[in-house]
Amino acid sequence: MAIDISQFLQTFYEESFEGLDIMESGLLSLDSGSADSEVINDIFRAAHSIKGGSGTFGLNAVANFTHILESLLDEMRDGRRQVTKEGVNLLLESVDCLREMLTAAKENQELDTQRIADVHGRLEAMWGKSEEGASTPVTATDNSNTSTGQNADGWTIKFSPFPYILKTGNEPARMFKELRELGELTVAVNTDKVPDFPELDPDECFLAWTLTLDGNIERAAIEDVFSWIEEDCDLEITPIVSRSESDNQPAANTPAATGAATARTGGSSSSESASIRVGIDKVDSVINLVGELVITQSMLSTTGSAYPMLQAGLAQLERNTRELQEQVMRMRMLPVSFVFNRFPRLVHDISEKLGKKIELKMSGEQTELDKTVIEKVTDPLVHLIRNSLDHGIEMPEDRLAAGKPETGTVWLDAYHKGGNIIIEVRDDGKGIDKAVILEKAIERGLVDANTHLEDNQILDLIFQPGLSTAKEVSDLSGRGVGMDVVRRNMESLGGNVEIRSTMGEGSTLTVRLPLTLAILDGQTIEVGNENYIVPLISIIESTQIKPEMLNYVAGKGETFMLRDEYIPVIRLHEIFESKPRHTDITKGLLVVVEAEGKKTGLFVDDLLGQQQVVIKSLETNYKKVDGVSGATILGDGSIALILDVPGLVRLSQENRTDRLKLSA
Amino acid sequence: MATAASTEAMQLGQDGTLGQDDDGVQFLSFILADEYYGIDILRVQEIKGWTPVTRVPQTPEHMKGVLNLRGTVVPIIDMRMRFSLEEVEYTPLTVVIVMTVKSDSGERLVGIVVDAVSDVLNVGKDDIKPTPDFGDTVSTDFINGLASVDDKMVMLLDADKLFNVEELATEETLEQE
Repeated sequence: MAIDISQFLQTFYEESFEGLDIMESGLLSLDSGSADSEVINDIFRAAHSIKGGSGTFGLNAVANFTHILESLLDEMRDGRRQVTKEGVNLLLESVDCLREMLTAAKENQELDTQRIADVHGRLEAMWGKSEEGASTPVTATDNSNTSTGQNADGWTIKFSPFPYILKTGNEPARMFKELRELGELTVAVNTDKVPDFPELDPDECFLAWTLTLDGNIERAAIEDVFSWIEEDCDLEITPIVSRSESDNQPAANTPAATGAATARTGGSSSSESASIRVGIDKVDSVINLVGELVITQSMLSTTGSAYPMLQAGLAQLERNTRELQEQVMRMRMLPVSFVFNRFPRLVHDISEKLGKKIELKMSGEQTELDKTVIEKVTDPLVHLIRNSLDHGIEMPEDRLAAGKPETGTVWLDAYHKGGNIIIEVRDDGKGIDKAVILEKAIERGLVDANTHLEDNQILDLIFQPGLSTAKEVSDLSGRGVGMDVVRRNMESLGGNVEIRSTMGEGSTLTVRLPLTLAILDGQTIEVGNENYIVPLISIIESTQIKPEMLNYVAGKGETFMLRDEYIPVIRLHEIFESKPRHTDITKGLLVVVEAEGKKTGLFVDDLLGQQQVVIKSLETNYKKVDGVSGATILGDGSIALILDVPGLVRLSQENRTDRLKLSA
Repeated sequence: MATAASTEAMQLGQDGTLGQDDDGVQFLSFILADEYYGIDILRVQEIKGWTPVTRVPQTPEHMKGVLNLRGTVVPIIDMRMRFSLEEVEYTPLTVVIVMTVKSDSGERLVGIVVDAVSDVLNVGKDDIKPTPDFGDTVSTDFINGLASVDDKMVMLLDADKLFNVEELATEETLEQE
């Protein structure tokens, strides 16, 4: 029966690219000095899966390439090879090569075989060096060289698969066949566990084997055979050491080797990150259906309250639906670290290339973003960071001359603010020379030489198409496609990009992304009989005030004094033209919010619960409404609007001026 | 979208049984202050009874609010208010017709509140008469044509124009405020 494996090809590519990402981030963390065996294990496993998969799909070049990579990693894992900067760099390069090879295979593209052959050659050279250089092993486990090395006379393998092994599609007999290709194999079967005939389940395997494999065989080759089932069996591989050697340390070898094998089994089960691939449309339809379920549930609980017997069950149902809804909503969200993770590599490579010393500091990697936003924000961010590295940070000697530390710093921060997700790329480099920009813009005819521009307007010019201030065009930046594309991409997501820069001190690029699709922690407030959600992130505190705290500016502007600060009041019911329960400001509550750095008190009737809500855009079917950033569906199926705090502040200022004009 | 029909909703297939005849177009007719209107049945997503909506501040009066339609936030427009007709209390017969509206920015869902739905009409292409020009007194941009069915005049609405005009009207109303 022929199975068309090409249908799995897509999955293989996706998994391989993910595997490469894992390898890359692993290698980079090694780079920073920690030779954590767990990290190396992760890298190794990723490489191993790629090797296995590429072999299956006939991508032999990839398989061969990965094989040597894997061998090197294996040595690092066993501590037989020291983790050096050169080694890591070479491995990183090989990751790139693999990525190219896989992309080429996937897209049917031409491949730069020269470069790959070169890297392959260097890998082999490094691998070869270790075989000769075994005399200078570095770590304390070097005596395990004999146990894990290539010169054992043979191996004893105790192989006891778990009963379900056959159901996983693995066939011990095939493995023995593979082993037989490695050397001379003797198989002894252990039938102790086979039950009596009536209890015998033909689908389960009760046999265990003791295998003896003679010949000069690498341990890795044997492990390879069992690699797909290492979690589905008890496996013990012990070398049969020739008499002369075993005299030295006969006892020490066996436990060491088995120890390594069991440790690996434990490790791999934890990193088999339990994830599956699901189309985003399926997730979306589940989200909508769960919403429907929640409504049905609350409908039931209204009618069901008449029947005491039902109530316990309904309460249970309610808890379960809530939980279900919460979990389902999380499915679309990914931490922004999915994007951020690639930046250490980028900074590492570029700073090396430019000969600059740059440190990348990241924060807020756990800020959650919708998957679609994450995908679209990646390329623009890469661009911004490259710009900072290339144009922002100066050469070490220039920095020293300017009295700055030799190592430049690029900060990458993500956080929620004012109902937006903000990603900030900041550097302590030389900043942007406004004069140069202005000159260039005039030269390109983007602005008229006579117009007077404010500083921020000049800076904003860098988002114009066709303006690059780089003196030379490098392969990093300066090609004139850039900031304008970044801005366009962000705007297509409904966000924006802003720049601030101080000569000699550095620049900050702020990417503001809208909430659309994102989850938000919200505080439900009540005004009249209407409920609104205020983003929790913009709330500083809520308070009830006493009459003596109130002040009126020019008899109109209502403000109150909170700990030596005058805070203007916005009466939500006035802006939203609703009928409040309280018009006396001392009766209701003031929610103190911060918008664009300024504090404002929102006067509301009451505070209700806090909850996590999924933001739905009003624009999808309607249009942007002032003072409202979106809507969300509450547990009972009704819609609550999410307040746009900065927008509200603007709105109330306009209202105030209108009223002043009217009264004037 | 149309996977789970709520109990009060009647679903009409987009491409199903109530399709288009070769020689004509099918319209869903509805009543508004004793006048008959029709919209292309292929645009109708679903018909449901009136349920309370969430009011959206800073919007014109005829924008009643937004409704949760299986996870989608749908604006609900009162057609009586939209056409400046006399307002009435909502009754059990009051229905919301949810329909798709196409514009440059893509497809949107809009619900309209009408007095009652009436019928599904088969209108031959030749039976559609052009709208007479009322000059400035009555805007007829969003009327595709008039059709006579059983001695009743039915105004065939162009949903796309109706709600694009609607948007403009919204802007103006805001400015006037």
